[in-house]
Order: sequence, then structure tokens, then C-alpha cells
Amino acid sequence: MQTVTRIQKVTHHYHNTLALDDITLTISAGMMVGLLGPDGVGKSTLMGLISGARKLQQGQLTVLDGDMALAKHRELIGPRIAYMPQGLGKNLYAELSVEENLDFFAKLFNQPAHERKARIDKLTKATQLHAFLSRPVKKLSGGMKQKLGLCCALIHDPDLLILDEPTTGVDPLSRRQFWQLIASIRAQRPTMSILVSTAYMDEAEGFDYLIAMDAGRVLDTGTPQEIKAKTHTMDLESAFVRLLPQEKRANHSKLIIPPFKKSNASPAIIAKNLTRRFGDFTAVNDVSFEIQAGEIFGFLGSNGCGKTTTMKMLTGLLSVSSGEAYLFGKAVNANDIQTRQRVGFMSQTFSLYGELTVAQNLTLHARLFHLAPAQAAQRINTLTKRFGLHTYMDEAAASLPLGMRQRLSLAVAVIHQPEMLILDEPTSGVDPVARDQFWALLVELSRTDKVTIFISTHFMNEALRCDRISLMHAGEVLIYGTPEQLIEKKGAETLEQAFIAYLEAAIKQKKSIENIPSLPIPTSPPELELPPSNKERAKHNRFSFHRLLAYSYLETMQVLRDPIRLAFAFVGSAILLIVIAYGISLDVENLNYAAFDNDRSPESRQYLSNFQGSRYFVSRPDVHSNDELEQRLTSNDITLALEIPAGFGRALKNGESPSVSAWIDGSNTIRAGTIAGYVTGVHLHYITELANNAGIDASALAKVNLASRYRYNPTFKTVFSIGPKTPAMLLLLFPAILMAVSISREKEMGTITNFYVTPTNKLEFLLGKQLPYIVIGMLNFFILTFMVVFLLQVPLQGSFFGLMLGALFYVFAATGFGLLVASITQTQVASIFATAILCMLPTLQFSGIVQPTSTLEGAGHIIGTVWPATYYMHLSVAAFTKGLEFGDLAKDIILLALFGPVFIAIAATSLKKQEH
Amino acid sequence: MLNTWLNIYWLGTKELRSLLSDFIMLMLIVYSFSLAIYAEATAISESVHNASIAIVDEDQSALSGTIANALYPPYFKTPIFISAAQTDRAMDQDKFMFVVTIPPKFEQNVRQGRQPTVQIDIDATAVTQASIGNGYIQSIISQEVNYFFKRSDQSTAYPVELIMRQAFNPNGNGMWFSAINALLNQITMLTIILTGAALLREREHGTIEHLLVMPLNAFQIVMAKIWANGLIILIAFTLSMFLVVENILDIPVAGSKFLLLLGTSAYLFAAAAIGIFLGTIAQTMAQFALLVLMVIIPMVMLSGGLTPIESQPDIIQPLTWLLPSRHYMEFSQAVVFRGAGINLVWPQLTIIIALGAAFFIASLAMFRRSLKSMT
Repeated sequence: MQTVTRIQKVTHHYHNTLALDDITLTISAGMMVGLLGPDGVGKSTLMGLISGARKLQQGQLTVLDGDMALAKHRELIGPRIAYMPQGLGKNLYAELSVEENLDFFAKLFNQPAHERKARIDKLTKATQLHAFLSRPVKKLSGGMKQKLGLCCALIHDPDLLILDEPTTGVDPLSRRQFWQLIASIRAQRPTMSILVSTAYMDEAEGFDYLIAMDAGRVLDTGTPQEIKAKTHTMDLESAFVRLLPQEKRANHSKLIIPPFKKSNASPAIIAKNLTRRFGDFTAVNDVSFEIQAGEIFGFLGSNGCGKTTTMKMLTGLLSVSSGEAYLFGKAVNANDIQTRQRVGFMSQTFSLYGELTVAQNLTLHARLFHLAPAQAAQRINTLTKRFGLHTYMDEAAASLPLGMRQRLSLAVAVIHQPEMLILDEPTSGVDPVARDQFWALLVELSRTDKVTIFISTHFMNEALRCDRISLMHAGEVLIYGTPEQLIEKKGAETLEQAFIAYLEAAIKQKKSIENIPSLPIPTSPPELELPPSNKERAKHNRFSFHRLLAYSYLETMQVLRDPIRLAFAFVGSAILLIVIAYGISLDVENLNYAAFDNDRSPESRQYLSNFQGSRYFVSRPDVHSNDELEQRLTSNDITLALEIPAGFGRALKNGESPSVSAWIDGSNTIRAGTIAGYVTGVHLHYITELANNAGIDASALAKVNLASRYRYNPTFKTVFSIGPKTPAMLLLLFPAILMAVSISREKEMGTITNFYVTPTNKLEFLLGKQLPYIVIGMLNFFILTFMVVFLLQVPLQGSFFGLMLGALFYVFAATGFGLLVASITQTQVASIFATAILCMLPTLQFSGIVQPTSTLEGAGHIIGTVWPATYYMHLSVAAFTKGLEFGDLAKDIILLALFGPVFIAIAATSLKKQEH
Repeated sequence: MLNTWLNIYWLGTKELRSLLSDFIMLMLIVYSFSLAIYAEATAISESVHNASIAIVDEDQSALSGTIANALYPPYFKTPIFISAAQTDRAMDQDKFMFVVTIPPKFEQNVRQGRQPTVQIDIDATAVTQASIGNGYIQSIISQEVNYFFKRSDQSTAYPVELIMRQAFNPNGNGMWFSAINALLNQITMLTIILTGAALLREREHGTIEHLLVMPLNAFQIVMAKIWANGLIILIAFTLSMFLVVENILDIPVAGSKFLLLLGTSAYLFAAAAIGIFLGTIAQTMAQFALLVLMVIIPMVMLSGGLTPIESQPDIIQPLTWLLPSRHYMEFSQAVVFRGAGINLVWPQLTIIIALGAAFFIASLAMFRRSLKSMT
């Protein structure tokens, strides 16, 4: 038999944690191989390595007859592997529709339009997604997301399909459909190998071969029958527990639930006709139930049926559209702090602080619930032992495996010993042993401490443990009662069968009433015959313009789906242009000044009168003493004081050249320099007049005539300088920050995996994402240019073409810088922070908005010289105000053209093609 | 009541931990308060510095030579001699900011009292440098001509002498103002982004919902973010003010340092409140990033650091009044340079706190609404 992958002595570390410990394995081709094991034993790491998404640290890994340590081999086999990471719809683009997602993946494998269409058609018909082709992924239920994920993985006929917990958090009906789909694909393509991890032991029964793992090591391998035989067990769940080392199963015993004794206390939770609408969509419709104090009440239903919404309404996180909800007999009130102290809540998505360690998270919550320090320490100790978290205490929560994170969330939810627990799929992704331990705790809480527990789950064995369960579908409660009652009513054998029967009945009924496409039920495994895909084309690993455009199209769609962002980008820069161009005035006007006239003679008054008429100066009441002069300058009441000495008039008449002192507030040095110039001007004007009055031609006194000619801006208006420079600022900052956020968002949301595991190369990814932002930047350029010309009335006297070409290179450089920042930073916050900090200073201070770069000193001069804004400002002023033609602008344009490629080159070097 | 403050305290320590564990963010903060401040402060020493100048000397006399020699660094670069025909082209190409043209027979004409005309061509697109530089050139030429003929330093005796005195910064050292302006810009930008992004990140990751089902309210959550992020910036500001500004750049602080820190704290509160406010309006990080630009750029450019408030057009002035940065700029200039006490700066302090409170209250009002729109 052929092997699909050979793993030899592979070891993997995350910081100090050992994820894989010297693993050696061989996996045969054409089989469905299951990876089983508790949380955090290295299943996901192993899958990441095999798919090529993770970088191999140590050991030898051969996948599809080649060494995965070699980039060349990874590139070669990339088109033959499909990888679906853990998490519902983790690698899908939430804003895009089903069809757009599929189309994007198909484009990455260079499939021509007709082939894409045919394949999308087949796949979606087989998965019943065809009716939802235009629905955005974020509006799909979890089960549908997983089916779509599978379709995306299958779009290029992979030889190796890697599925990491594909059915975690998926309801039984969707789960069944999912496996039917896989079965039919295997029937079609028997040569395809599938590697899959799962927490459901019933699923594992159907696999060809199992690999049981624990603590980074392989415990055992074999067919399900072999494993059961080896461990002398009847089912895999027990077999799996038996395989675990002694200490791990020590406290694992069959869970016994004492019967629930109904007390006479009033119900702990009452929901009366709860309804919640989002726009015209009714998420929860007329839901009523009562939950007794101390009862364990289970909430079941397909994904997206309104379970979470109901729970959020009970906690006050969402307001109700109509109906009433009571906790402990009191109406739910979002501001009721006291009730919240008595409730523990765990939401479906991980909502603790990833950057804090496990211990820090627990301590923080203990503090926020005001547990006494000693009590808190004891409680944390108990809980961490119970949930097996004690070995993870100093790990950042974000780096924990999914199952461990769930356990941490649970520990946090119960830390303050609440009287009521509202738990939204708390055991999703948690291994069987840990789930049993958790349930032991729930049972103890419920039976001993009379804690009311309201829990939603997809596990039928958990539902069976509830005192009562309620089945929800499409916003409505179908039925509620004890699990036994529900099974009996449908005459089913198991709860799962009953569950599916109820759902199918509801779907049929709904369909017949409303006649709308809803989740259809497959009666037989779907037919799936895909047109052959052209492997040769996909193997082309050289730069592909098609893939680049696929990324551009993807990005464009995402931008268009967020019209607010687009509006901010255009309106924001337009507003800023107006505010800044009008707000920055380098003319110093309306200066407050006061006279300190110690002479009070006609001559001194005449001197001062020169200042009164000027548009630069505004007269304030006279100063009467030195102290007052200082005090008024200090308080910013005046910025200039003119001190005329006693005896000024007499001295002037006697020709003794008396001195007048001008006190200028020097705190703003630029302004001080300008004021000094104005004062000198007025002073000289006075002297000339004095001479004229005395009958002397004053100008004759001067030996030379100094004629100043202000070129390019004869009226000396600031707007002729600032007007063309402001767009330079906006065309850098806006595109750069948008670009940076776009890339780091992929990193944060996990869609970057698609870049890791598909044959996309770095340049296709970077340039493809960049293209739409260059278009946005250029549109902005046209808007801003239009505004400068028509609103600010600064004519564009020079070459428009030169300016436009410069702007194109400039926007390319700006977005390139955004790529550079995003290739280094990991989170969206860090990339915004970094882009703003690194761009603001050079652009606002060193690029010549006020002070030309050439006149700067030191680091500022150097930074300004290597910053593109400097050259674009220069170009813009030259084109607008100086009216230069293309030839004269060429130097700036050429310099601008150099920045983009340099930034992109750095970004491409620092961007990783694999995860560490 | 005690619980409220305890919650704020503990939530705040969480913020500090998050930030301190992020190496890249810390490095950016360190850079912003050290190198960035230093670079900005030392970049501009004089309003005219190193200006490029050319001389068209059509006289080639001793006098024209003297004038050329008098234009030297640091105000001007060493002049380049060009021909009259080159002037237009050279100025178009931005080779020179100033071109001084000395006509033929200049010295001779001066001797004969014919008042020859020296032409000064100025590139007026650099507005400030153009006017101040022109003033310098004019006075240098007049002085040199007078000196040349009288052989004395005494310029023409005017009937009235004018003595310029710069209060608070006697040498007119431009670095002083730039340094304070740089600090203001950095704390504005960093505080707004840090606090706003901290809130938005919690919204995007759903941790805010988690907090809201605990016995905590919006006030506590917001206050915790403000004090924790504000404290980080306050510490960075203090270190920067006393190590970089006072020690390395040698800029004296005339007023009370305690008052300066007090006012800075008030301003940090206002900036953080603005950050939180933006964090409640934006739906995604991309929107937040754009909003931040739309707020920070005016706050930095219209604070009075580039253009004195009194010179801003009348339509803009009421708008800038709403910017806490404008009042903080007035405050810090008064305290650092003019040594103003609380008796003089209390109005600015009050306005800063009032504006901060207004944004704070607005964000509380937006808080719950912002959560709903996320789901």
C-alpha cells in the first residue's frame, strides 16, 4: 500500500511547551484516518505540520513523496493538499457570500471560469448549499459553515484532505449530512486520503484507521476493531479511556446522577413569550419555559436556531423585542448588578483575555467577584485541579488548545459559586474524559448546592444527563420534557434519532407552510461527480496574475461590504482637507499687544498709534508697571508689549535716539520670529514718516533699494502652499492604515491560513491585496485634486499628468508601507498603532508642510529625506503653484517610484509563508 | 461604592498586564517618547535654517563680494553664484529658495548715491521661511552696505532705536517649542489609539459581553481603561519630560512640575475619553483606524503648535475650541515657558476636564448601543 505521509522523530515546541514529542508514524494512502486524543495533545499541531501551514522544527516529515522542510516541495504539492483548520468557518471570509468564497478558492488553483462554475454548482448541490449561494458566510449556521469549508477544501480535488475537528460545535443533523458528504466523495475518489480529528467517538467508529494520541505521543494505532479488541472494550469511548495513562483516568468513573427532587421554591428562570427580532429577521419567536431551582435544563437545537440569543436575553446582554424574562423571580434588567453576582455565564465563543495567563484570568475574575483573597486562592486551586488546568497556569490563554480554553472559561464561570449557571455549548471541543469531569461538577453543583443549570449542547449523551431538555428550531421551541419522554413520543431508539426526527418534521412543516428553501434533508448520500480538474495548470508555481487578481477581487468585495469604511475613507479625507487647509495659516494676525508708556507725551502716543491701525495687531489695555507687563505676558493676555521709556519725547526732540523696547512672547519661536519682523516693519514705517514730516526724503537715507519679489505665491497666501500639501498627507496616512489593517485582520481572524496552504506566493498575496487600495487611493486623489482646485481655489497650473503619475507611485508607496507594517505586526491593534506612530511624525513634521525638509537638521532631516511624503509634497506644490511641466516634475516622480518596490520587497521578506 | 473602585482597579491591572505583555507596542511607546521627541525637537532650530541661496553677481565688485560673504550658515547655505539667465530655471527646479541679484555697476552707483536696486527673488511657497528669510537678507545687505562705506558696525543712526527682547526664551531657541509640541503630539496620538483600540478589541473578541454579565457596569469598564492606559502614557511622558526634554535637550521648565503633571493627567483623561468614544462608534478596527486619523490629525495640526490660535480663521476657531489639545497646548506653554501658576491656567484645566467629561459621558451613553450592533 502506498503511504501518504511518513513522520519520523518529529518534535514540536511552542515556547516552553512540548506539543509533539518524538513522533514516528506512517499513514497509508486512500484511507480515512482519525486522530483521537484529549485536548492539547498535539493533534492540531500535527495536522498543521502535515498540511504545511506550520513550520517543521525538528524531525523528518514526508508528505506525498517529498520532504516538507523544503519550500520547493511544499510549493509543488500545495495544490494536492486541502486543509480545513479548527473552528467554525475559520478560514472563510465572513462578509463574502457562499459563491464568492468558493470562487475565490477555485481561482487560487487557477481554474478557468467555466470549470469554476461547474464545480461550484456540483459541490453546492451535493451539500444543499445551492439555495444559499448569495448568502454571506456570517449569516450561515455553524453546520453550513463547515459544509462550505469542506466544499472550499474539495474545490481542487485534493489527494490529501486534512480536517481538524470539522464537526465540533455542529448539531447532529448537520453532522450526519457532513459525514454522508464525505462518504460520497470517497466513493467518487477512492484514492483520496483523509486525515481527520474528532471529539465524537461515534464518528471515529466509521474511520478506517485510528491514531490515539496523548501528551504529544502516539498511544496506539489500528482499526477501530483492533483498538477495541486490544482494550477489551465494546465501544471506542471506553477504549479511549482505557488507553490513557493510569494517572489520567484515575478519577474517571461512570457518572451517576442522583434524581432531581423538585423543591417548592418558585422557578429560577421563567421565560414568557420571549421574542427577539433583528431587523426583519426573527431570531427567537414566542419562546416560553420555566426552569426549577436546582434543575439541569438542556437546550438542544440546530446551529443558529436561537439558543444563544435566548440565553443572551436571559442575561440581559440583549434586550427583548417582546415577552418577559425573570431570573430568581425578578424581571431581567441589564443594570441589575446584584442578580449578576448570582449568575455564572459562559458564552459560545472564547471570551477571556488571551494575552493573560490562566492564573491571571482566574485571579482577575475572583477579584471582580470580590472573593476574599484566601478563599479565592483555595477556589482557584480546587478548580484548576478539577479541570486539569494546573499544568497550564503560566501559559497565555490564547496559546492554549481549544479544549483547554473551554475548560478555563468553565472554571471562570463557576469561580464565584453562582446560584445559577447559563452555559452556551460549554463542552464544545472538549475531550470525553474532561467532559465527564465537568459534568460531575455540574451534577454536584445541582444536587448538593441546588444550583440551577441552563446548558446548551450538541452532545446527546450530555442531553441525556439533563433533567429536562428543550428542542429548538428556527427560533421556536418544538418540544420540552425529560429526555425519556422525548424519545418515547417519537418512538425512537436513541435521543439522537428522536432529535433528528423532530427536526425533520419541523423542517417539512415549515417548508410546506412558507415554501422557502430551508435546511433540506438528504434522503440518500448525495451524488457527487466533479468534472476533472486540470492538475497541470494548478501545479504552475510561477507568479500567477490570476491568483493575484483573485486576492484583489476578494479584497474589493470585502471593502464594498463595509460601506461605512469606504465612506470614512473618502469623506474623512475630504473633511480633513477643508479643516486643515483653512485652519493652518502661517500668517500671524490679530496679535494682542499692550503699550507700556512711561512717557505719555504726544511723541510716544504718535509712535504707538502706528501699531493701532495695523491688521496684525490688536490693542489691549495699557500696561502700567514692569510686574504687570511680566504677569500679562505670562498669562497669555498679550504676546507683545511695547515699552516706551520716560523722557522719550524730550530725547527724540533733542536728537538723542531714544530706545523703544519690544517684549515678545518667545514661547512659540516661529511666531516670535514673525512678530519681530512685523514690529520692525512698523518701526521703520514710523521712522520714514518721521523723516517725511521733517521734510526729508527718507528713502534717500538708504543707500540701496531692496526689491523683494515673492515668486509663485505673490499674494503670499498660505493656502497656495498648504492646499497642495494637504493631499500629500492624506494620501499617505489613509491608504497606509487601511492596508495594514486589512492584512493584520487576516492574521487575527485566521483566514491567513489560506495563504499558507494554497499555492499562493508572497507577491501574489501582497500585490493582490494592495491593488484595491491603490484604486481607492487614486479615487481619493481625484476627489482631493478637484477640491483643491475648485473649493480652495488653488489653480493647477502645471502638468496634471505628471501630478497624477506621481500620485500613483505615491499611493503605491503608501500602501506598500502599510504592507510592510502589517507583515511585522500580529494584531490589528498593533498594526494601527505602528502605522500611525511611524507615519505621523515624518509626514507632519519632516516632509515640509511648514518647514522644508532641506532646512531641517539631524535625524529629522534624514528621516524626511527617505520618506515619500517629502517628494510628493514637493511635486504637488511644483505642479499646482509653480506651474511646472512634466519634464520638471520628472525627478520627484522617479524618486517616488522607488519607494513602493522597496517597501514591498521588505514586506515580502518579513512575511512568513508558514506559521511557527 | 468601595466595590466600584476595587473593580476599576482590578480591571485596570488587567489592562496594564495586556499592554505590558505586548513587546511591539511597548517598543513603539518607548520610541515615541525618546527618539521621536528628540528628532522632532532637534530638527528645527531656527525658523530660517540652511536655506538655499544663490547670488547673481553682475557687479563683481568688492561690495558685492562682501554681501555674498555675509550670507553664511547656519541661516543660509553657502551661496552659489549663477548667471541671471539661470535664475528662473533654477528656482523652478527648487534649487534655491532665495536668489539675490546684484546689478552691474552696483558699488559705483551706491557711491554716487543713485540707490541701485538689489532684487531678491523668493520662493514664496515656503511661506514662513520666505518672509523671515527676506527680512534677514534685507537687513544683512543694508548692514553690509553701511559697514562697507563707514567701516563701522554702526548702522545708520535712526532717530528712534528698537530693541527686541524675547521673553521666556531669551535666545529664541526653536528647540524649546518643538520639544513641547512633540510631546503634545505623541501623548495625543498614543492615548487615543491605545484606549480606543483596547475597547474595540474587547468588543471584537466578545470579552466585553463577558464583562457585562458579571457584576460590572460600563462606567467601571471605561474608567479602568482610562486610568490604566492613561497611567502608561503619563509615566512615559514624565520620563520623557525629565530625561529627554530637561536633561538631554537641556530645556528648562519654568513653572511647577507638579502642576505640569496635573494638567497632563487631566489632558490624558480627555484624550482617553475621546479614544473610548471612538471605540464605541466604530464597528470594526478598519473603521476605528480611519476615525482615529480624522480626529488625531486636526487635534495635532490645529492645537496651536503649527498655527497660533489667534491666527486661525474665524470659522475654524470655534471648532478648535472643542479640541482639548488646543487648551492643553496653551496650558503647557504657559507652565513650561512662562512659569504660570494655577491662578493663571485654571481656565484651561477646567475646560480640558469638562471636555473630557463630555466625551466620557457620551461614550457611556453609546456603550450598550455599540454592543448590540456587533451581534
